[in-house]
Amino acid sequence: MQTAIIIPAILNGVLMGAVYALVALGLTLIYGVLHIINFAHGALLTAALFAVYFCFRTLGIDPYVAVLGLAPLFFLLGYALQRFVIGPAAHGEDSNILLVTLGIAVVIENALLYVFRADTRTIDVPYGFSVIEFGGTFLSVPRVVGFFAAFAVAGLLWAILALTDTGKAIRAVAKEKRGAELSGIDVAHIYAMTFGLGTACLAVAACLLMPSYYVNPHVGNAFVLVAFTIVVLGGMGSVPGALIGGLFAGVVESLCGFYLGESLGQIGIFLMFILVLLFRPTGLLGARA
Amino acid sequence: MKAPGYLSVVAVVAALALVPFVTSSNVILNFLVIALLIALVGQGWNVLGGYGGQYSFGHAAFFGTGAYTTAVLQVQYGINAWPGFAIGIAAGALVGAVIGFLSFRSGLKGSYFALVTLAFAEVLRIVASVAPITGAGVGTLIRLDVRFEAFQFQSRAIFYWIILALVALSLVIVRMIENSRFGARLVAVRENEDAARALGVDVMATKLGAMTISAAITAAGGCFYAQYYLFLDAGIAYGPWISVEALLAPIIGGVGTIYGPLLGALVVKTLGEAAKHVTGTAPGLDLIIYGAVLVLVVGFAPRGVAGLLERLWPRRSRAPARAEEGKSRD
Amino acid sequence: MTDKRNTFSRRNFLQTTAVGVAAAATGTIAMPAVLRAQGAGVKLGVLQPVTGALSYSGQQGKLGATIAIDEINAAGGIKGIGRIEPVLGDAQSTPDGGNAEVEKMNAAGVVAIVGGYASSICLATTQTAARYDLPYIVDVGVTDAIVTRGLKNTFRFGPGFGVISKSALDNLVAINDKAGKPAKTVMIVHEDSAFGSGLAKLLNAQLPERGFQILETIPHPTPTRDFNNVVLKIKAQNPDIVVPANYYNEYVLLARTMQQQRVRPKAIYSVLGGAASSYKFVKEFPEAAQYIMDCNHWFDPRNPKALELKKKVEAQGQFYTYEVFMNYSCVLLVADALARAGAADRAKLNAALESSTFTGHVMPYGPTKFVNGQNQGAAPANTQVLGNDIQVIFPETFASAKPVFPMPPA
Repeated sequence: MQTAIIIPAILNGVLMGAVYALVALGLTLIYGVLHIINFAHGALLTAALFAVYFCFRTLGIDPYVAVLGLAPLFFLLGYALQRFVIGPAAHGEDSNILLVTLGIAVVIENALLYVFRADTRTIDVPYGFSVIEFGGTFLSVPRVVGFFAAFAVAGLLWAILALTDTGKAIRAVAKEKRGAELSGIDVAHIYAMTFGLGTACLAVAACLLMPSYYVNPHVGNAFVLVAFTIVVLGGMGSVPGALIGGLFAGVVESLCGFYLGESLGQIGIFLMFILVLLFRPTGLLGARA
Repeated sequence: MKAPGYLSVVAVVAALALVPFVTSSNVILNFLVIALLIALVGQGWNVLGGYGGQYSFGHAAFFGTGAYTTAVLQVQYGINAWPGFAIGIAAGALVGAVIGFLSFRSGLKGSYFALVTLAFAEVLRIVASVAPITGAGVGTLIRLDVRFEAFQFQSRAIFYWIILALVALSLVIVRMIENSRFGARLVAVRENEDAARALGVDVMATKLGAMTISAAITAAGGCFYAQYYLFLDAGIAYGPWISVEALLAPIIGGVGTIYGPLLGALVVKTLGEAAKHVTGTAPGLDLIIYGAVLVLVVGFAPRGVAGLLERLWPRRSRAPARAEEGKSRD
Repeated sequence: MTDKRNTFSRRNFLQTTAVGVAAAATGTIAMPAVLRAQGAGVKLGVLQPVTGALSYSGQQGKLGATIAIDEINAAGGIKGIGRIEPVLGDAQSTPDGGNAEVEKMNAAGVVAIVGGYASSICLATTQTAARYDLPYIVDVGVTDAIVTRGLKNTFRFGPGFGVISKSALDNLVAINDKAGKPAKTVMIVHEDSAFGSGLAKLLNAQLPERGFQILETIPHPTPTRDFNNVVLKIKAQNPDIVVPANYYNEYVLLARTMQQQRVRPKAIYSVLGGAASSYKFVKEFPEAAQYIMDCNHWFDPRNPKALELKKKVEAQGQFYTYEVFMNYSCVLLVADALARAGAADRAKLNAALESSTFTGHVMPYGPTKFVNGQNQGAAPANTQVLGNDIQVIFPETFASAKPVFPMPPA
């Protein structure tokens, strides 16, 4: 009888994990190219969730439609942040970047708190509570959509990196910054492009999350550590690592929630993060660039 | 430099001690108590982050441990608040030593160290939010009992002097570190770990020592918080807010300088209050300003307010000169 | 003797109200002249979690309190005291947020504070107010610890969960017995702060005594936005009765997730369910709300004043939830005590509250009498969502429907 509910719990975890993977994908891309830890990632996700909320509530735009506008918008936002704030303020120093992105996170999070207050908000789309029956399990429709969309976006990202000129330049900068610079690539521009792509991933993730999730100004905090966990787990900078790590984190979270309860359940991800950092900082897949 | 530089500490503390004689306004005293609390917590961070170069994002772990230890000992075990205060500091130091040992042993530094400390603080937050001993989701409420023996006072001025005394103690400790061989080793580790090791510095012991002292100072802030507010829950004690405040004050004031945290805390809190006065009380506004100031300071005034002051009035006192020596990093 | 004195003062109070209704037509602009003759006015703190996880309840509470204040002011203020100037505070759904507001209200010179809403907020804020001997009237906060700490400034007009859970269980046993005892097993889902945990502890002690077996007790934090795992557990254990004890948002989500996962026990029987007897929930999600029973704060449907208030609230496009009529009643309670105290003085107000026998409220309570700050007359009612309305099923003296149990299949 226990398996009858463990399987749904695992399936729920896998579905959620795909969206985690998408969040982590943006983070790992930025890390892989810029070699920086973007602490503002969670706050940017929160901002994206609020953008989805705003689109739905005020403009009446469905989240799955809003993605068409929000992804480019957040791409520009990310580009501008890196080009005009993080890049100039950090002077290329590791600890500075950490502090600058922390500062940005604090500003974004509290600007949202100031505007929207601390209320937890949800949107009520017609399909929000629809289910698909899958092997005796009722799966939430928005979660299933999120799962497939996350893989589609990962594929798209891979295509951009592999096939476009910008993608080739990004890979060149990631591998050999000096060499890329010498061969005429504008590194500051490529950095910002990468940051923009990473931020656009967040906008997509937000659109997929919102129909079955919620937003409040601090919601990103939870994701930041989950995303870092996935990135560290999958190997810093590895795209397939982020995907597998994301699914794994989703399952761990769901099972911990199931066995330890909703409150204590969150601890699983953090413990996993600490253990990986302490004992295997190169990640379980060991894929370091 | 032989002169140990305690004179300025005495002068600063004496000047601050006079405030309650100038004003009896509870609003002002309350404001200063909070600013000094942040200065204390920030000084803890400064020992490890400023002098030791190890940036922690999880000082809430020590703050919360100090706070909860003091409160839980009183509420659950009926232990008096005064020894409880001391035990709280010791418990915070112990947590610091354990987290430090685990992290430094694995060679975590830079961003990784920041993230792992944050994760430790979050784990403690979650545990505190479910453990029955901390009151779980209910929180811990210390019984109102306004008596000296219970470490509770009707007068804000007394709380003010107590937190000031703690800040004074932290200043003395930092001065002692600056003047000691330990301090020299710590700065050497910050500047170049490998070189320090080659010169025979026990890097692990040095970092661990700094982390323990740092945690103890921050835990003292937590103990004080518990007595001042008489209420704790997991989000207050171990929440990210205090980790952020702990690093904001020294970085804005002047990282790795003795007065940086104090200066930073006063500047930051004044800015926050001023903003509230201009636009009314709105949640988040003060933090928006803190975040923006943080970005600006890192970008344009890497030596903080202390550095700016020094640029305005060069060679005024001994303290900035010391600051310079402490903070020539790039 | 106290009885007589209070009946007298109540009449006075009602008289001023009557005069006020007539005066209200002239509008507030004409009021100051009258007021100066009456007194300098008084500041009253209205403390609610207006933002944060409990924002809906906080806004409803604020609504109830301000309606009462507006009515009193429109009637010319409190006799001998003058107009009430509300000092609104937002506890941001956290105890320390509440504490900060108490400090501000104290500095602003309020004569008393009404509100708090959540148990954990009330626990912290009453104590902070006690530092300043500031009278504090708890509007909802059901944890009994609020009134058992010997704080002289703290008064709770509504029932605590000791009284509520006893009444809830008495009624549950009666309902179950009448249906031929179909229900034997129970699962409790509760939020993990002072309110939910305390209640769960109480139910865990009392349900087995009444012959029910508790299969599992599941805590969750506020906010929680995913109840899939919780509902899976319920599905696996298949209890006869699910008892939710949580705040509005979580209650709604739990009920909807149960509906989504096709989990249908014999009854959903809440004790102080955050949404179970909320017109908002019934209107927005009628299917998820259908047949849910609740033992909660409820107005007296026989009292014309309560129905009048309901109309007034609904005319404003708001729902008539328990936060509204609880806060409304609490403000009237303070106004009555102030009128008897004769001065905006905290110590006198504390004394006046302690000896209150106030009857001008809208609740189905027995005689008002405070013992250690707890109103002994306070009692809950049992409701059930039937059709698109909320019906009272207990106490029988003012019940409007018979309980439907077990829940008919979907």
